[in-house]
Amino acid sequence: MSKPTPLREVHESLGATLTDFAGWLMPLRYGSESAEHNAVRQAAGLFDLSHMGEIFVTGPQAGQALDHALVGHLSVLEPGRARYTMICAPDGGVLDDLIVYRLPGGEYMVVANASNYLKVAEELTARSAGFDAEVDDRSEAYALVAVQGPRAAEILATLTDADLAGLKYYAGLPGTVAGVDAFIARTGYTGEDGFELFVAAERAVPLWEALTKAGEPHGLRPAGLSARDTLRLEAGMPLYGNELNAGLTPFDAGLGRVVKFGKPGDFVGRAALAALKDVPPRRRLTGLVARGRRVPRHGYPVVLSVDGTVVGEITSGAPSQSLGKPIAIAYVDTEVSGGLAVDIRGSHEPVDLVDLPFYRRCM
Amino acid sequence: MSSIPEELSYTKEHEWIAGLDDGPVVTVGITAYAAESLGDVVFVQLPEAGSTLQPGEAVGEVESTKSVSDIYAPIGGEVVEINEFVVDDPSLVNSDPYGEGWLFRIRVSGDPEDLLTPEEYTTLTTTDS
Repeated sequence: MSKPTPLREVHESLGATLTDFAGWLMPLRYGSESAEHNAVRQAAGLFDLSHMGEIFVTGPQAGQALDHALVGHLSVLEPGRARYTMICAPDGGVLDDLIVYRLPGGEYMVVANASNYLKVAEELTARSAGFDAEVDDRSEAYALVAVQGPRAAEILATLTDADLAGLKYYAGLPGTVAGVDAFIARTGYTGEDGFELFVAAERAVPLWEALTKAGEPHGLRPAGLSARDTLRLEAGMPLYGNELNAGLTPFDAGLGRVVKFGKPGDFVGRAALAALKDVPPRRRLTGLVARGRRVPRHGYPVVLSVDGTVVGEITSGAPSQSLGKPIAIAYVDTEVSGGLAVDIRGSHEPVDLVDLPFYRRCM
Repeated sequence: MSSIPEELSYTKEHEWIAGLDDGPVVTVGITAYAAESLGDVVFVQLPEAGSTLQPGEAVGEVESTKSVSDIYAPIGGEVVEINEFVVDDPSLVNSDPYGEGWLFRIRVSGDPEDLLTPEEYTTLTTTDS
């Protein structure tokens, strides 16, 4: 039985198609997912992301504990800033990708994927054992609502006195939004400007309703997981379980920059990652654009057009609204530079290699 | 939930057939229920005109943002026409599934099997959702 978010009744009243996602009952779409996708690109979208995990790490050695548990250097993170990082297994495999926020009081909030947060909380607890730090999984107590799109700042500004103009990308500050206490972060997963609002679960409904009302004249629409997935795919952002998994290291995924070997002390996975750092990976993550209209999807083989030799595998694929063609992310053998097709249920459909991301917003 | 037209026959695979009592050629499409479940349809692959279909055979595909579904032949016969408009603009399946979103026409040979009345199809779609 999937867990409902605090906004379940709101989604139902909006006629959402609900789906199980990582154990949560989530809105897949409210109407047309393409219209939701386009609203985020052109105006704004409102997302319920309450399935994400919020794990707090507090105490005098919270930063050192995270330096040991994660591959990033979190003890130097300034209060009010956020960082993209990963938690790895001792063998260097990625257990989850995370955004870590340092709150103004100095404590840390680790935001983990819905599919992984129980495991992440467990690992953080175990890895903090030798440190004067407390790990507290508050995922059920928090709701997360995101406003994303070029009009997001304008919409949010009508509901808060917080200094949004002074809030940089990957930064956050506490504030009140429509009378609801929130941690306001300028982060997102859509390739657009936008905000993620962390609030007490019981305040999610009034916050959602206020944002809906304030956003209406600006073209804001509620947007489901389907649009979220196509938006992040166009923006070339990895999704755990697709582009990342425990069998891959950050280097395999082309994200080796998140591993901070220069930080003091040992960290889980250091030895394994140090040994793998300079080994050229067999495959690299790349973008593919289909020439035809059939959609390459997760798990489909990438083959050489000339003889059908398998040279890669699709990790994510979808029709792209912004390009008007199907797009995909795939792991492809590093020596291959073209002449590719995707085996779509037995038929080899030609694709072109392109650099990620597929879509970059106009600044 | 959209209404289910009274004058059509239905299959368990969420397809509709029109014109069964009117002559040898019937029209086939997918139901509004199926279109809503799929989400925005982005690609439709139809059987070739002139091909002969066996009842129950997978003869094409409907692809949406998130999924792919097979199209089955609801009845045996020869494909006499396919809807080129829906091939060019697959969103017709969402906007008008019982009208402009029709898929193909078959010259029927043999009897249909296991077709559902509108009442039976209503029951199917209100109990399995």
